[in-house]
Formats: sequence, C-alpha cells, structure tokens
Amino acid sequence: MSVDPKDFSPGLNEWAPPPEGYSSGSRLERVLRQGRFAVTAELNPPDSADPEDVFEAARPLAEVVDAINATDASGANCHMSSIGICSLLTRAGYGTIYQISCRDRNRIAIQGDVLGAAAMGVRNVLCLTGDGVGVGDQPGAKPVFDLDSISLLRALKTMRDEGAFLSGRKISRPPPLFLGAAENPCVTPVEWRPERLAKKIEAGAEYIQTNYIFDMPVFEAFMARVRDLGLDKKVFILAGVGPLASPRAARWMRSNVPGIHIPEHVIERMEKAEKPGEEGKRICIELIQQIREIQGVAGVHVMAYRREHQVSEIILESGVLAGRRPVARRSRVQGQGRPAGEPRMEG
Amino acid sequence: MYRLRLWSVRHARGLERVYKWVEGAMVGLDPVFSRLGYARVERPVALVERSVKTLLFDCEMCGQCVLSSTGMSCPMNCPKQLRNGPCGGVRPGGYCEVKPWMRCVWCDAWEGAQRMRNGAWIHEVLPPVDRSLKGSSSWLRVAREKAAERGHSETKSRARRIVAKAFAGARRNEPASAPLAEEPQSAVNREAQR
Ligand code: SF4
Ligand code: SF4
Repeated sequence: MSVDPKDFSPGLNEWAPPPEGYSSGSRLERVLRQGRFAVTAELNPPDSADPEDVFEAARPLAEVVDAINATDASGANCHMSSIGICSLLTRAGYGTIYQISCRDRNRIAIQGDVLGAAAMGVRNVLCLTGDGVGVGDQPGAKPVFDLDSISLLRALKTMRDEGAFLSGRKISRPPPLFLGAAENPCVTPVEWRPERLAKKIEAGAEYIQTNYIFDMPVFEAFMARVRDLGLDKKVFILAGVGPLASPRAARWMRSNVPGIHIPEHVIERMEKAEKPGEEGKRICIELIQQIREIQGVAGVHVMAYRREHQVSEIILESGVLAGRRPVARRSRVQGQGRPAGEPRMEG
Repeated sequence: MYRLRLWSVRHARGLERVYKWVEGAMVGLDPVFSRLGYARVERPVALVERSVKTLLFDCEMCGQCVLSSTGMSCPMNCPKQLRNGPCGGVRPGGYCEVKPWMRCVWCDAWEGAQRMRNGAWIHEVLPPVDRSLKGSSSWLRVAREKAAERGHSETKSRARRIVAKAFAGARRNEPASAPLAEEPQSAVNREAQR
C-alpha cells in the first residue's frame, strides 16, 4: 500500500474500515508499518481564533514531516485546542496527531471529544498525563486528572476494539485510532522507564513519542533495555529532539519546565559558541544523526518551541528523510492543487 | 502522616503480609457481614479502616485500595492521582513535580514493590478510580468480591462489567479496583451522603 492517501479525503468513503493489519490506516501508521524512518513535529498553537494562523504555522512543517502534533495546552498554558487544530488541518489534508492530556478534562469529555475528532478524520492520538497546572499561565485552575495516560490508552483501546464507552454503552461506529503515548527516558526513575513503557504498550500504545533527548548515553541505555525486553518489536519509538535557543533559555527550561533533562556539557558547548542559536541547531542535527543509528528507533519527533523556522533545515540537513518526500500534506488533486494550507472546509 | 508513610514503604514487605492477612480476615468474615448486612457494617468498618490507613499510608479512602500493586505507597497521594506509574515530570533525586518538597509517590512505589513478594503486580494496568466510591470501605469491597466469586449476586451495571473486562488483569490482583459484586447503597456515594 502506498503512503499517499490522506487521513481524510473528501469524496472518498470516509468510513471505510482500516486496511487489514492496520488500526487506523493513517499516513503516519503506514509510514511506520512500512519500516520507513518517520518524522513528526510539534506545531506552535496560536493564541487566536483565525484558522489562517493555524495553516501558517503548519505549512513549513508539512513539507518535511509525516504528521503534525497539536499540543493540548502543554505546560498548562492555554492556547487554541488540540482538537480544533487537528480538525482544521486534517480536513485540509494534513496528517495530524491529536494530543490528549488528562489534566483538563474528565472521562466523559475525553471520550466524547475522541469520537468528535475521529468523525472529523483525525486518526492519530497521543495519550498524555499532562503537566501540573501550577507551571502554567492559570495556576488557579482546577486540575482534573480523572484518568491517567495509561488508563486513557486502555479506555480508547476499549472504544476502538470493543466498540463501547467506559459506561458499557455501545458505539455504533468505533473510532479507527492509531494509539500513541509519551515516554521520558532521561528523567527519574530512569531504571523504571523501560518497564513503564512496557505498561503503556500493554495498555494499548502502538507508537511512542519521547520527551527531549539531550543525554545520549542515558537514552542508549534506555534503548538497550527496551531491546532486551523486546519492546522495540511491539511499538514504534520516535525519539524527541529540539533545538535550544541559547544557554540561558536551556537553563531556564531545565529548571522551569517539568521533565526536561539537559546535561551540563550541552549547555557549556552552547556557551562557547559564537552564535548560540546556530549551535543549538547543530547539536539538534547531530543528535538526530546519532539517534537514527540506534537499533529500535523508528523515527524522530522535533519539538522546536518558538524555533519552528528551523525545523525544515534541521530535518533536511540531518538527512533522515534519505531523499523521501514526506507527505504531511499533498495537494488534493494532482495538477490542480490549491496552495498548501488554504482553508477550505468540506464535507 | 508523611514520615510514617515513608516508613510504610520501607517496610513494604512486612506490611504486604499484614495487609493480606487483614483482607483475608475480612473475606473470612463474609458470612458474619452477610448476616448483619453489608449496609449496616459499612460505617463502623470504614471508620476503623480510615483510622488505621490514614495513619500508615495517608489514605484518602478512595474505596478501591490498590496498595498491594503500588509498593504500599498510596497513589491517591500523588497530586495527579496517577494509578499506573510516575508522570514524566519527576524531579532529580525522585522528588515530586507538583510538590517539590515531597518524595514522588511513584518512585517510592517502585522501591516498595522491589521489596514485596507480589512486587510484579505493579506492572498491571489499573483502571481509573470510580469516584462515587470515595469514603467507602475497600476491605468490605474485597470481601464482597471474593464472596461474589463464589457465586453470590453480581452487579447488573454495564459500566462495571466493561471496566472489569477491559482491566481483567487488575481485577485478578485487586478485585476492589474493578468490582463486580452487588453493593449496598451505603457503600456508594458516601461523601455525597455526608
Ligand atoms: S489506594 Fe485508596 S484505599 Fe488504599 S490507601 Fe490509597 S486512598 Fe486508601
Ligand atoms: S512527580 Fe510523582 S508524585 Fe508527583 S505528580 Fe508526578 S507521579 Fe505524582
């Protein structure tokens, strides 16, 4: 099967069940199951109600990635919702990853949103616990955490495979989802992270996107254990990377953003550099090239917060695409394609 | 109490045995409870359970105790109330992302589990908490579940059945986490009744 078809194609039968051996048939799932090195990237969600702002942010990413992650108020900061962004982009022909955090919504809201997203054509979801509200822009908000990332995975798997809500009520058209989760290989308790990964797979995860990897020895040890447990055969692991802006920004991130581990030598290298921004990009490219050599890694996930302009250079210069032209978006009809990202709602 | 709670994790192995024994005793008392009526014993047993477990584990009386699967470190003390392992924000040295002065409940759970005979239970995927059971006795719930396994009345609730099916492994180890037995009204929504 080719990787060409879109997750959502107006005019085709949107309700066609996923092909044999696939959970969703999404573009990302096809790329991974065909054994190609997948590339995903995170979109900077706008603080705006203008759809054009979404397309503007997505356009440069779409050239070089297989799917675009729409974050769900990451760091507990409020932005346009993940489901809104995914719906807009999916309908315009982009491959998307719908991030769901357990921090802001209870099980009733989440299950309903998932059906809504699936009806809009969204196929890839990423189940997250979410950062505490205290680090965000509205620390007085009520933290929900009704589910956790692992029970959320199992709940969505139940919706998809059993065709039922957690209430037991039947779902007449179950959502064809490709289920993902996150993992943070470089933070405490590192010895237990591979076992926790196993638990996520057990709960239903089919792909994993990791948090930032800056510490190669720790990540390599993690992957060695993952291979020992045979987990790399059961799940596609996309390693998270990203360019650092400056030594100051790196230190700030390390102490203020939960779950970020940056070794001192990386920051020192940036301090010595003449142009820290360029050095941050260089480091990111080198990391991608090293990560790619590690057995069991199925792709990379680029998170370039406020450095989205660098994403395409990073991916192209790292050579991970190996000449492949990814298809986070293809024009609708060959020959008469509309300019990428032009909003036109259909169906 | 925080200090006592850390002590409990350090003594997870011994406490595991004691806890199993208490649960076993509760199961053994099922005929007595049945005769008196589970509705009537709910309040006094919950009171005893609350006193003992608040002291030892900072128990929040979630009604679905899973201590045996979490290294005797109560997961309701995790600020995110996670039931399946640590979040991605654990601070260096094993401190909590949300409450930096506190040990991460799940780092402790992991250490506690290493000491326990059934430590491997920590790998089982646990279902979300049924919030309507808050305040009820988990011990009595286990007793009812074991009795139900011997053929007593089973719930007609579709919700409970799908959870028990989707989280079958958890139910095997911790029946109270995905209960199926009929429950007296006094064991549901106790907080709301107060
Ligand atoms: S798991 Fe529930 S019942 Fe057990 S100690 Fe914690 S709050 Fe109490
Ligand atoms: S650091 Fe540990 S205790 Fe704190 S929220 Fe995360 S898992 Fe819970």
